[in-house]
Amino acid sequence: MDRLNGDPPDGRARDVLPDGALTVEPSTGRRGTAIGRRRVLHMLGLGALAVSPIPVVPELMRIAQSGRAAEPARGTRPPALTQDGRIRQWTMIIDLRSCDGCQGVGGPPRCTAACIQGHLAPEPMEWIQVFEEELPGGGSRFVPTPCMQCQNPPCNNVCPVGATFSTPEGTVLIDQDRCIGCRICMAACPYDRRFFNWGEAPVPPQARLADYSAEHQVPARKGTVMKCDFCPDMARAGTLPYCVQACPNRAIYYGDLEEDIATNGRAVVSASRFLAENNAFRWKEELGTEPRVYYLPGHGEAVGRDAFTPGRAATEWPWTEIVEGAETWSR
Amino acid sequence: MEPIIQWRTRLEETALAPVRRTSRRYWALVAALVAVVGWGLYAYSLQLRDGLIVTGMRDRISWGLYIATFVFFIGISHAGTLISAILRVSQARWRTPVTRIAEFITVVALICGASFVIIDLGRPDRVLNVFIYGRWQSPIIWDVLAITTYLTGSIVYLFVPMIPDLALFRDRLTGSTSRWRGWLYRTLAIGWIGNAAQRRSLAAAIGILMILIIPIAVSVHTVVSWIFAMTLRVPWDSALFGAFFVAGAIFSGIAILIIVMAILRRAYRLHEYVTEKHFVYLGYLLAAFAAIMIYANISELLIHGYKLEEGAEFHLRQLFLNDFAPLFWFYLIGGLVGPIVLMLLRATRNIGGVIAAAVLVTLAMWIERYVIVVTGLRVPLMPYQPADYSPTWVEWSIFAGGLALFALLITLFTKVFPIIAVWEVAEDQEATVAAPHPAGPAVPESRAPIGG
Repeated sequence: MDRLNGDPPDGRARDVLPDGALTVEPSTGRRGTAIGRRRVLHMLGLGALAVSPIPVVPELMRIAQSGRAAEPARGTRPPALTQDGRIRQWTMIIDLRSCDGCQGVGGPPRCTAACIQGHLAPEPMEWIQVFEEELPGGGSRFVPTPCMQCQNPPCNNVCPVGATFSTPEGTVLIDQDRCIGCRICMAACPYDRRFFNWGEAPVPPQARLADYSAEHQVPARKGTVMKCDFCPDMARAGTLPYCVQACPNRAIYYGDLEEDIATNGRAVVSASRFLAENNAFRWKEELGTEPRVYYLPGHGEAVGRDAFTPGRAATEWPWTEIVEGAETWSR
Repeated sequence: MEPIIQWRTRLEETALAPVRRTSRRYWALVAALVAVVGWGLYAYSLQLRDGLIVTGMRDRISWGLYIATFVFFIGISHAGTLISAILRVSQARWRTPVTRIAEFITVVALICGASFVIIDLGRPDRVLNVFIYGRWQSPIIWDVLAITTYLTGSIVYLFVPMIPDLALFRDRLTGSTSRWRGWLYRTLAIGWIGNAAQRRSLAAAIGILMILIIPIAVSVHTVVSWIFAMTLRVPWDSALFGAFFVAGAIFSGIAILIIVMAILRRAYRLHEYVTEKHFVYLGYLLAAFAAIMIYANISELLIHGYKLEEGAEFHLRQLFLNDFAPLFWFYLIGGLVGPIVLMLLRATRNIGGVIAAAVLVTLAMWIERYVIVVTGLRVPLMPYQPADYSPTWVEWSIFAGGLALFALLITLFTKVFPIIAVWEVAEDQEATVAAPHPAGPAVPESRAPIGG
């Protein structure tokens, strides 16, 4: 690093800088009269200090607003408990053997339709979406896909403001009143299960009367993210989620892993035994997201679907026409 | 050699000239830039009214032009750090005429870049939630932290070495300029009279700052890359990403610096101080970083491409063969190979060639940011048809507004502040005159331009 002119590095130049080698001042008349080294150092010190408090600012603001920061995200109620006081752990088991993508009833998938009706979800949000997946050996199967309710949720980890969060019941919710709309959770979700309100969502008038809660996201709010909320409010009240209720083939089970029980509205099963005996799997196990939604392998054979019959009816939003000035978008 | 006093006076007059005289063409340029910024603001007002539906982004490609531009601007902000801090640390003397411009590019690019994050928000009205509810686990908070720290640091690093020049402006312009200017220079010069004690303080402060600013700058672009690398997306799943982004940032920073230098040199007749030597040295730096970028690209693409895990095949096809092939090949050939070729050929190893290389690199690096953002999101995660994204006129207008804001702030800066670090150039010149090198003063550095 020895340079041609032999100067030491600037930082160590104290004793070497020759006095008067550089004359910035045209006249030397003021030399010594004005503020000197102390003042300049003082200012530089202040400048350096200006850099350091930046990390502290959020902490200070949090302390200043400590009342608000401590407040839980809006719309979450105390968790549901088993009779002996353990917190329920909501789960969903989807039996793909019984899912034919509603080919049998000849219309759009009922689970999606019921979810849309129940949550007044705007077009094009299919919080539970029935994907048609090609099977490696030919043919296809239908996969109803709600939010996976990961126990290691990538979306929660990246949220800058804690607008999306895990509840003690193991569900992942979104507080639309806090969401800033940065959409990093959508980049992070490996299941494509997050939806953004790109514009003023077309929702029916009754949605405006709903009391918003993170557990029941009605009405949709412009510029924020939404997704399947797993209906914990309904479960606590003893009602199954809309999608479970609506499935004509009873393919979707909803239950509590803590009490080891699940039901599709007709049969009640021991969740662990049901999963073990039917070779349950989860989507993208290798990512380590630990979903709470399990699948039993199949392609609708239990309800007579032929794996080589492709296609399902497209989902419809019944109120898109009746909402005035509604602007929809596609995914 | 002419007397040093005359040389010195001419240097000061060159530095003062932009402030003393303002041509009609200058105001025409400002007016044009203001018009473009205004158009961008109008487009943004539509977006505020209707929401992000006015953009081409949708659920599956949920980031686009804005985030690409954000990354691009944060990238070019590295101009200041590299040229100014790294070259200062390594005492490369040729840096002196270009440091001020580089440092100012840093500050302006950071301001423009940060505003694109806010433009991209669905709820800009809630931006303060970042401070109220901020969580350290989120890469976005790392970014907020890194960028605000870098911005503050860059402003200090711009300001401190400018103090002697502000004092020069204060002394030379008193009485001949408006009152607010007089006040401005008086205040900002913070009592600088140029005595030995003050100069020692200044040298010490610059010494500390130039060391501090380098790790801050490296951290900034590293955490920018982590916004992407911390997600479960195949094309972004790379441990190389941080270093790759930092290299790309410095690469594009040098290119923008060359372009801005060329414009200011012409506009303010800085030919005596910003010479062909400076362009060629910066051109060498550009070529060196192009080589680093080629290495990073090979490493990145080969590791994904050799194994072809799920999603990687789709990604490589969209880059090399399908939708993004024209953009991506331009980036590889024009932006990475091009500058090296231009610097290797003797015929183009001059100002024109360096500027051509810089323009290519600037275009290519913006394209690279765009391609990284959009292709990364485009790889399907579930059994659905890949989505498509094309920016709308609103996005292009806001983008144009952002670029115009960048140009406007630099244009205005040149009218208020010294664009040449007078005292550093003078110090350099005096040192050269005092101890002339056998090779002559025109080439004080015959070894590696980074000064290693």
